[in-house]
Amino acid sequence: MPESADTRPRVTAKQFKTSQEVRWCPGCGDYSILATVQAFLPELGVPRENIVFVSGIGCSSRFPYYVNTYGMHSIHGRAATIATGLATSRPDLSVWVVMGDGDALSIGGNHLIHALRRNVNIKILLFNNRIYGLTKGQYSPTSELGKITKSTPMGSLDYPFNALSVALGAEATFVARSIDSDRKHLTEVLRAASRHRGTALVEIYQNCNIFNDGAFDLLKNPETRDDSVIPLHQGEPVLFGKDGSRCVVRGTKGGLGVADTASVNPEDILVHDAHAEDSSWAFGLTRLADLQTMRKSPIGIFRDVERPSYDELMAEQMEQAQSGGPPELQQLLQGADTWTVE
Amino acid sequence: MTKKTVQRDRVIIRFAGDSGDGMQLTGDQFTAQTADFGNDLSTLPDFPAEIRAPAGTILGVSAFQLHFADHDIMTPGDHPDVLIAMNPAALKANLADVPRGGDLIINTDEFTKRNLAKVGYEASPLEDGSLDSYNVHPVALTSQTVASLRDYDITKKQAERAKNMFALGLLSWLYGRSIDGTIRFLEQKFAHRPEVLAANLTALKAGWNYGETTEDFSVRYEVKPARLAPGTYRNINGNLALAYGIVAAGQLTKLPVYLGSYPITPASDLLHELSRRKDFGVRTFQAEDEIAAIGAAIGASYGGSLGVTTTSGPGVALKSEAIGLAVALELPLIIVDVQRGGPSTGLPTKTEQADLLQAMFGRNGEAPVPIVAPRSPSDCFDIAVEAARIATVYRTPVFVLSDGYLGNGSEPWRIPGPEELPDLTVSFCTGPNWESPDGTREFMPFARDPQTLARPWTVPGTPGLEHRIGGIEKADITGHISYDPDNHDRMVRLRQAKIDGIAESLDPLMVDDPSGEAEVLVLGWGSTYGPIGAAVRRARRDGIRVAQAHLRHLNPFPTNTGQVVKSYRRVLIPEMNLGQLALLIRSRFLVDAIGYNQVRGMPFKAAELEQVIKDVVANA
Ligand code: SF4
Repeated sequence: MPESADTRPRVTAKQFKTSQEVRWCPGCGDYSILATVQAFLPELGVPRENIVFVSGIGCSSRFPYYVNTYGMHSIHGRAATIATGLATSRPDLSVWVVMGDGDALSIGGNHLIHALRRNVNIKILLFNNRIYGLTKGQYSPTSELGKITKSTPMGSLDYPFNALSVALGAEATFVARSIDSDRKHLTEVLRAASRHRGTALVEIYQNCNIFNDGAFDLLKNPETRDDSVIPLHQGEPVLFGKDGSRCVVRGTKGGLGVADTASVNPEDILVHDAHAEDSSWAFGLTRLADLQTMRKSPIGIFRDVERPSYDELMAEQMEQAQSGGPPELQQLLQGADTWTVE
Repeated sequence: MTKKTVQRDRVIIRFAGDSGDGMQLTGDQFTAQTADFGNDLSTLPDFPAEIRAPAGTILGVSAFQLHFADHDIMTPGDHPDVLIAMNPAALKANLADVPRGGDLIINTDEFTKRNLAKVGYEASPLEDGSLDSYNVHPVALTSQTVASLRDYDITKKQAERAKNMFALGLLSWLYGRSIDGTIRFLEQKFAHRPEVLAANLTALKAGWNYGETTEDFSVRYEVKPARLAPGTYRNINGNLALAYGIVAAGQLTKLPVYLGSYPITPASDLLHELSRRKDFGVRTFQAEDEIAAIGAAIGASYGGSLGVTTTSGPGVALKSEAIGLAVALELPLIIVDVQRGGPSTGLPTKTEQADLLQAMFGRNGEAPVPIVAPRSPSDCFDIAVEAARIATVYRTPVFVLSDGYLGNGSEPWRIPGPEELPDLTVSFCTGPNWESPDGTREFMPFARDPQTLARPWTVPGTPGLEHRIGGIEKADITGHISYDPDNHDRMVRLRQAKIDGIAESLDPLMVDDPSGEAEVLVLGWGSTYGPIGAAVRRARRDGIRVAQAHLRHLNPFPTNTGQVVKSYRRVLIPEMNLGQLALLIRSRFLVDAIGYNQVRGMPFKAAELEQVIKDVVANA
């Protein structure tokens, strides 16, 4: 395995581009996410050969072909499993997983929750466009109820997943959300995710301009943005709206609610703490978003706590088992009871 | 009282009782004693899928059969000479297999009205004369055990549970086995429970003494040690041998082993054993499901480990898509299928070999995967090493088709010395492997080795060779995404040619035909090796000329397979399925093979196969 100390000149964003022609639809939100990630990767300080992108199937899962690192485009829903095997056997690598909402929450839902609870050292980028793009426009597990699509001409009947509520319920140690078009914010979130030891889940709201255009317009349009996006800043009161006119407060029924900042006692305003051991507040924050309209969507880092990662624990057990020096194969094969025939 | 000792060349014993009676442990211990003594042996555990089926019912009967001899034997035997029946259900379920004149050792304490009624005995078979043609030894096993333990500070229930040790002691006396090994075993097992240990030891010795002192057992039997090839031996079951083969494969390839697995009968013991082998650098990952298990193994292989996944038939079905991915990625991977009765949940604890076609064809698209199959419990070791050779040399997933009979059955194993194991050292690709027309040296992830057609194995962390792989079709040589029709056609054929080419590295299929004049060939694969071998021997003893060949490689076949099967007038293929190898042989070589098929969850009986062979020879 290569040494991590590296005297080669620092890599640039350009070096993370591949020769492959990018084949997403023009205008797709994936382009800006790709550009942001490529621009961020040099900052990681990890040699290019020690970075791996693993994906499943879907529009976003083409991502690895466009990043000049090691990469694997696998099968639908299973990227987390492959990344788990890679990260636990090769702790020297920086392993990133790219999944869409159908990939991560429908066909691969089981793997996502188990990766999160195990806290394997992988960084998951969940591109949520609330639709199936590659199969040409069926509703997804994050689509709003009643969505009219090719497979639901009279409206979808299933209640959507709140990806971050699911993640917190699955004992995730790092949970964040960003938006495709907000490169600065996304970069900050990627930075925090990369520093986290263990599984980091970053949900990225991503516009599919072909099959679900405008799904996040409320969060992007300057007219409506302030009232729809709740930015989270560590250690600061959670305020939103024009000039912080709205705020998040403890609700009367055990959860969180929103209020007019002017009408509440400043001490009652929630001060954001992503490092809180108890995930209840983080969960409460995920519940603020109205998934039908996308109003009141918090963005930022919901939770960022330390817990030993699975690969560290595995490495510890391996070390302990090998503390007696290299074992003898012959001794193992012979076991306790042998007899000799002359 | 001095007792007579009678010589026997071989004996078949079956222990049968309730699943809670400890019959598997008793059988294992008797086997260990027999191995220590130096007999050749073969075992067949047979237990229900339920952990504790209703007590005293036929459903709940658990049995263990052991065949031991003073010469080399090939099967656990057809019919027990001795049946130990711990209750009426065990007697009822097993009596039909015991030939008239056989010995029955019966625990009379359990033959109560209630227990008899439970299994539909109207009168006690001990009293109604129905066992007159057997040699019955009624023993009050439970009460004798309890009586021997009355001085111990244990409950009656605990005392009763030691009755299997009493039975073991009695049988050990009867066949002159030393109980020293069992004493050591019990001392380890109950090291922290001195009362229970003392009770078990006392019961064991009480059983021995019972044989020595009572009138009922007037004869002891002696089976002399077998003459096996020189070497150091141990007793081993197939699952343990396979696990050791995987550990050895890691050492021989110099790769860390990574096992992704999900618990499933009868393969879980592989996960258990390998999880204890971290000292050999073996990482084990118990995944959330079968798919995640193989996914993790593929991820680890990508990173430069020897990826392994272990399962049974239903698990293979779930892994199919991922196996196809491994075919497309062209990465090494070992998939172990310890086959059981199917379809669906089928018979989880019973054996079958009906996954051959699943392994061969159970994927979308043209996705050839090499298949190897062990032929005996100890062969599971060699086959794992062979699977690792094929996987790493040819950069391909490889199927190992074991089965429940091999996995749980045991036999003496001559332990190979280090010099007998192959060097499988693997080298990764770390630099340019391709010269372009203008003379520049480049790295091409799908440029192939001209000999093996394997593509380079380049692991993440190798500077300058960053590249992307995936399940979507790749352009020949460059590995870029390609939808080009000609390229796809070429890649499909290349992947097939690579697998077909493995045949060049295999030993030819050996035929055993002492007469040299046989017109009938019996062809088998997997665990039928023992029964077929035993049946062929028996037939030859009666002057029948018959040839035998056994396939350890099912895909590809050894290069001379077609020539072998075409040189006999008749080819008989016994299989524990409805004719899967026969289908492959017929379609591949246009040979009108005759199938003999059974799916009863049990291995073939040698006597029955002998008859089939004689019939085929007579009509050849
Ligand atoms: S279908 Fe939608 S998500 Fe897929 S590439 Fe086109 S715009 Fe992007």
